[in-house]
Amino acid sequence: MATAQVRAEAPGSGLNDDIGEAKRLAMYRSQLRIREAEQRAYDLFLQNLVKGTSHLSLGQEAVASGFAEAMQKGDLSFCTYRGHAHTLARGVSVEKVLGELMQRDNGLMRGKGGSMHLTSEEHGVMGSYAIIGAHLPIACGAAWRAQYKGDKDVSVCFFGDGTTNIGAFHEALNFAAIWKLPVVFVCENNLYMEYTPIGDVTAVPHPAADRAASYGLERIIIDGNDADAVYRAAQKAFAKARAGEGPSLIEALTYRHSGHSRADPAKYRPEGELEKWKERDPIKIYRERLQQFGISDKVIAEIDASVRKEVDDATETCKAAPMPPADILTTDVYADGGWAWRN
Amino acid sequence: MAEITYRDAVIRGIAQEMKRDNDVVFLGEDVAKAGGVFKATVGLYEQFGPLRVRDTPISEQAILGAAMGAAMTGLKPIAEIMFSDFFAVCFDYIANEFPKSRYMSNGQTKCPLVVRTGNGAGSRFGAQHSQSVENWCMMIPGLKVVAPSSPVDVIGLLAAAVRDPDPVIFLEHKSLYPTKGEVPDGEIVDKLGTAKVVRPGRDATILALALMVPRAVEAADRLKAEHGIDCEVIDVRSLVPLDTQTILGSVARTHRLFTVEENPRLCGWGAEIVSIVADEAFYDLDGPPVRITTPHIPLPAADVLEDMMLPTVERIVDTVRRSLQG
Repeated sequence: MATAQVRAEAPGSGLNDDIGEAKRLAMYRSQLRIREAEQRAYDLFLQNLVKGTSHLSLGQEAVASGFAEAMQKGDLSFCTYRGHAHTLARGVSVEKVLGELMQRDNGLMRGKGGSMHLTSEEHGVMGSYAIIGAHLPIACGAAWRAQYKGDKDVSVCFFGDGTTNIGAFHEALNFAAIWKLPVVFVCENNLYMEYTPIGDVTAVPHPAADRAASYGLERIIIDGNDADAVYRAAQKAFAKARAGEGPSLIEALTYRHSGHSRADPAKYRPEGELEKWKERDPIKIYRERLQQFGISDKVIAEIDASVRKEVDDATETCKAAPMPPADILTTDVYADGGWAWRN
Repeated sequence: MAEITYRDAVIRGIAQEMKRDNDVVFLGEDVAKAGGVFKATVGLYEQFGPLRVRDTPISEQAILGAAMGAAMTGLKPIAEIMFSDFFAVCFDYIANEFPKSRYMSNGQTKCPLVVRTGNGAGSRFGAQHSQSVENWCMMIPGLKVVAPSSPVDVIGLLAAAVRDPDPVIFLEHKSLYPTKGEVPDGEIVDKLGTAKVVRPGRDATILALALMVPRAVEAADRLKAEHGIDCEVIDVRSLVPLDTQTILGSVARTHRLFTVEENPRLCGWGAEIVSIVADEAFYDLDGPPVRITTPHIPLPAADVLEDMMLPTVERIVDTVRRSLQG
């Protein structure tokens, strides 16, 4: 639907442009890593080795990779329950992520958080939030800290199109705007609020961008399947935030190749829609771009192989990993490490 | 030593901590330039400036969410929610975010913040601006919950809450704001998780919280003077952590237990304490524990009706006397 509109955001002209070869190879690797890890998570779910629920970002990799590559150390990511991609994109190992999905002791939070709450503060991943909209105000608070301390860190908050209809979205946008906070709100518009087309439940065609004016912000819509477009939009928003000029709201148009969660076969989609979007698969687009810019098939194949090896190795490590031990059940409720609520 | 109001103790407590630590910041609705709707934050904006004392829009989710994000990344925010009833519109942070982030992240995420709020009845504001919501908070693992009854405790417990590494819900009783008490000079720092015996006695233990503390003390004085019943009154102060040792020790001496509660009867804090005493001190008891509570109804606005609802000195005296003397 909106793809024609966003193609105006032209890709760069070559490897010596503002993005350059090293970044492009990193973004290709990053997207592929997410694709392979998410696909593996799905396969492991079918084998009953991934437990609970999981929300995959298959098809949405370019948003995570484009933003992560534009981020600096110290910049903070706030993710949703569909947060595996953003966690991986900040450099967390596939093993830690799959381990958590498989609820093993080697998982990122040793099985205490699960798929929807991936957190790795050492990588700047300040949590994945499973209550829609909750993390937008939280990202504002982290941005407030940076502003108060005079640091140049930016808080980046990722969420889906469905989030634009909850109160916390609007509270956070207004709050960030009036305090001029260094926070970037990124709406991944994948066209569906869980099972329902976002257009069926939203008063405006662009659920995020069409609300920007309410908060004095620029209307920004980008091609969320083109990592270069994402990277450039991120750079621009980060520069604005670091200059003390306040927040940005970016709507990235993309598409979820799988259902909402593992329980959803996504039968509500019109026939042919998925196929049409697969023609604009972010990884396909990016591989072609690398080839167009003269990156050899050999270099691409090496990246492909090393990513697959990381995912395969991680899978085997996780399968062999023990379950979490009983002694962590009651740890870390309070800052003293324990759970005592009485003497 | 000076006599100050509970309201001024809030100001002094916040100022004490903001002076001590530049990472302590304060946000809420009307708290800065206006000095708070209860005038409990007057002068802080002037003293600490617009970067540390910040007015917010009427956006309770943004207030608590921002406090959490700031706390996670190194600040020590104090957030004000004007009326505790409004916890219902930002309960996600209180129930799902503050108290669970550390556990879910396997200890990575910290959340050292304080939520101050005006709690309790007596202002004739009706059912949505008068509630005592301490039991809403007490039931959530990962939170700490305190409710001071006197100016000196306001300062000391607020300091303890700000310095605590966990999220603390700090319930100020609206009807106590104009009340006065002696406060020593200099820095005051108390300890969370400690109850206080405010009136020693031999015949019965009366537990109370916030506005119910002065009522319990007055009732105890009358029970002694008029009926010769010598009650020990304990100000519970901290619901989480709960000082069960002080309570169990008192029950072991007096053999009788009464609770005086303003929160709704079902799942009130007294129910939890009575269950602990039943479990661990059953054979110390000479009679059934008795909860003196509100009826389980919404709060009415009219003064005559609100007064009927809350435990009064007369009700406490009558209940204790009938229980002990038949």
